[in-house]
Amino acid sequence: MHRNPSRPLSPHLTIWRWGPHMLVSILHRVTGSGLATIGAAALVWWLAAAASGPEAYGTFVSWATSWIGIVIGVGLSWAFFQHTLSGIRHLVMDIGAGFELSTNKFWANMTLVGSALLTALFWFVVLGVK
Amino acid sequence: MRMETPLSRVRGLGSARSGAHHWWLERLTSIAAFVLFVWLIASILRLPSLDYGTVTAWLRDPIAAVPMLLLIVTTFWHLKLGMQVVIEDYVHEEGMKLFSIVLLNFFTIAGAALAFFSVLKIAFGGDASNG
Ligand code: HEM
Repeated sequence: MHRNPSRPLSPHLTIWRWGPHMLVSILHRVTGSGLATIGAAALVWWLAAAASGPEAYGTFVSWATSWIGIVIGVGLSWAFFQHTLSGIRHLVMDIGAGFELSTNKFWANMTLVGSALLTALFWFVVLGVK
Repeated sequence: MRMETPLSRVRGLGSARSGAHHWWLERLTSIAAFVLFVWLIASILRLPSLDYGTVTAWLRDPIAAVPMLLLIVTTFWHLKLGMQVVIEDYVHEEGMKLFSIVLLNFFTIAGAALAFFSVLKIAFGGDASNG
């Protein structure tokens, strides 16, 4: 199906004034897509390796604990926390709440602060306890 | 197509009727994923180690295997619905769009099946090396 050029396009990125809500909205999509591809692959690899035996699991662990594995792991954990917090924000807004401008901006910012804090806390516990 | 009035064509192009259902399932799966990921993260943080023996022993217990199976189903379902919307937003050429969505379905089902089967294999006992 071809787009009919005489029909208007919906307003897009370029026309809105930038704010945290826009960043958070875009990040929801970016993090969702990252988790759906790299995150899902990592989850499958982890479980399949555990099912295949100690050798396969060892290969997984040596990748996961290499510096590239750690970068990906930290990235995925941040993506998860960011996506989850903005996902909760989505659900709240679906109920019709939180649209008042300052409230909306506040919670958009809180997802960014929250995901950074949760990522730090998660790795602190992982590395601190073990 | 040629037989349609403009009004009926517009009607046809409006709601595909499954949109609201898709939207609702995306919400439902996101809530389930939320609960199950809180469980997974708490479990990972509480396990004494993430080495082979600990992880497989943990997944052999139904109290861990069942939530893990649910997590796999929920997450892959949620991600399939989500990525379909992303594809529909950016891939406009019909052939390419169809191809992308077919690929998405294949990868989602293959990934979910592999993860699901892996958990079952661990839960039902044997591993490749020591039976
Ligand atoms: C880690 C597993 C997860 C993956 C792989 C994932 C993936 C995705 C993807 C690819 C999308 C589509 C993004 C878009 O259309 O822009 C999406 C949307 C969504 N996700 Fe997740 N997600 C996960 C976990 C969660 C959790 C835990 C929540 C909980 C609150 C959540 C809430 C949502 C919501 C509400 C949407 C719909 C957003 C919209 O309609 O624009 N997701 N997710």
